[in-house]
Amino acid sequence: MALATLPVLKSQDHPTLANVFAADEERAHWHDGALWFVRQKRDRQANSVPEWEHLRELASQIKEHAIANVADYLEKFESNASALGAVVHWAADAKEHNEIVLKILKENQVSRIAKSKSMLTEECHLNPYLEKNGIEVVDTDLGEWIVQLRHEPPSHIVLPAIHIKRQEVGETFHEHIGTPEGNSDPEFLAHAARNHLRQKFISAEVGITGVNFAIAETGGFVVCTNEGNADLGASLPKIHIACMGIEKIIPRIEDLSVFTRLLARSATGQPITAYTSHFHGPRPGGQMHIIIVDNARSDIRSSPDFHRSLHCIRCGACMNTCPVYRRSGGHSYSNAVPGPIGSILAPALEPEKHYSLPYACTLCGSCTDVCPVKIDIHHQLLTWRRELAGKKIIPYSKRLAMKFTSVLLRNSWMYKLAGAVGRTGLRWSPRWVVYNPLNVWGKGRDLPEPPRESFRAQFAKHKSERHGVEDNHSSTSSSASSNGKPH
Amino acid sequence: MQPINASRKSILNKLRSQPLPSNPLPEVIHGDWLRYNNPIEQLGNVLRSVGATCESLTDMESVRAKLQSYPEFSDAKRVLSQIPEIPGNVTLGNIDRPHDLEDVDFLIVRGEMAVAENGAVWVTDKDLKHRVAYFINQHLIMVVRKADVLHNMHEAYARVKFSGPGFGCFISGPSKTADIEQSLVIGAHGCRTMQLYIVD
Repeated sequence: MALATLPVLKSQDHPTLANVFAADEERAHWHDGALWFVRQKRDRQANSVPEWEHLRELASQIKEHAIANVADYLEKFESNASALGAVVHWAADAKEHNEIVLKILKENQVSRIAKSKSMLTEECHLNPYLEKNGIEVVDTDLGEWIVQLRHEPPSHIVLPAIHIKRQEVGETFHEHIGTPEGNSDPEFLAHAARNHLRQKFISAEVGITGVNFAIAETGGFVVCTNEGNADLGASLPKIHIACMGIEKIIPRIEDLSVFTRLLARSATGQPITAYTSHFHGPRPGGQMHIIIVDNARSDIRSSPDFHRSLHCIRCGACMNTCPVYRRSGGHSYSNAVPGPIGSILAPALEPEKHYSLPYACTLCGSCTDVCPVKIDIHHQLLTWRRELAGKKIIPYSKRLAMKFTSVLLRNSWMYKLAGAVGRTGLRWSPRWVVYNPLNVWGKGRDLPEPPRESFRAQFAKHKSERHGVEDNHSSTSSSASSNGKPH
Repeated sequence: MQPINASRKSILNKLRSQPLPSNPLPEVIHGDWLRYNNPIEQLGNVLRSVGATCESLTDMESVRAKLQSYPEFSDAKRVLSQIPEIPGNVTLGNIDRPHDLEDVDFLIVRGEMAVAENGAVWVTDKDLKHRVAYFINQHLIMVVRKADVLHNMHEAYARVKFSGPGFGCFISGPSKTADIEQSLVIGAHGCRTMQLYIVD
């Protein structure tokens, strides 16, 4: 299959790309509903485990310990994995990662790869690199295969094709594997993919997988899938290449008792994935290569504000619950990992390209509430805004507006005056004056009707009324009067 | 034969140059975890919810009889059985390439344990020459002893051990995908059906 390289999304900011997605109102609502459905499934599973909050706390503690001692655990992992017969490689960045993969392929004179889902290889843009070098890569996760055939990047880390409708999948399959035109039945299409990809598995010479958890104590690693594609891909060919970020390390095999209870429940609302595979060394006569990748993770770890984002186990729960992600789609983030967690990680890699992501957030905190490893996601996004404003990366118009607001909020007379002007102005100005192109708050929505008097005026009035009441009923308890309502 | 790698040194040095406060690792095996009055009933309920079946029978002979009563099983062309009481017609020892298992209809194996909270059955490649057998078949039949039905994953990981190269997998239900519009389809790349039998 000769595939064109994936289109690298132009460096556009989140609001611009979100506008494109939201322009198709019907699709945007459908996308919102599809993800909310997954969030509800997650809630049912989380509620079925009485010790859920305790598990989150344990997961957070294990990750904190693992990331604090990551160098020691990586060395321990390397030495144990090597003892099992695996070859461990280290890559400082995406480029080195891709070169190591190609070198392994060249040394073994192989060119057909069955790849299972790995967000790290997406992050490194491995597919276009290998295709440029004449290697055939087939993404075998159904969702990833769909987006690969359509020359699109995944829009979600767990549900790569969540933005695509069944009719579009039907058209793509008709074009590429000859399914009947107009057939868009998910069961039919999934089985057609099964039959087609079986042949790819049989002819593959190398299997590439990601890593969900790398176990320092044993030198093994765990891959979780529902489709069984990672297992077919890693168990038929003689060569298995597993790619992992440094943050995938966990100290002990028993730590999996916590993570396997949290991961699938948080991700898709399943009690556990259909397959939780533990690989320890190559199978007899085979080769196993493990590539440990940094790619700016050590920079994130060095940041006192953001190092906790490395605790992420890539479940995607923060995306499913995010009101902005659900209504703007994964592609609007222009990053391999979109959504709330991606908005912390991406600016650490390329602040100039991804400056708008920490603003793609209402600070509602829902992501933090569902995160299975208790990352304080929305707090970190707020911190990013301060950092980016300090670095003068955000656009001048936004900086100017913030400067103006800062002055306004520090001067009580200016604040009072602005309030009075706003209340009167909004009531009497003609519509075209208020909803002018400069007023971004008036885009796509009506502003609320301004109150007749300011909060200060209302508060002063209530206070004097309350005093009057208290004078008449001096026996009223202070707790009853503290709610500010005359009785 | 470790490749000499400058990046290894620079990554580790960089990670060590920035100390982070460390906390002790928590206890995760012993604890006040979820338990069930009737774990076997719970196991069956979870497995049915993920598209598998689960049935308690007295012994292996009843499993054999039960399987024989299904035309799909009695008519199957290639059956790979790892359980002596249930005969198959594929001998794993004679197969060199794992690819030659492609047309196996049924795999019948013992699971070492089954977990009530999520329907996960633990299997390993200890006695299975080609581990792909777990994933390449159309129908997976697993048998677990009643005494090996556990309540939760903490009990399970207390028993999971690796002391050398090997492969182990928790399998919970047939393979599945919901990648087309969140519409659940059973039978992705691995098995299309899974049956678990609990025997005394």
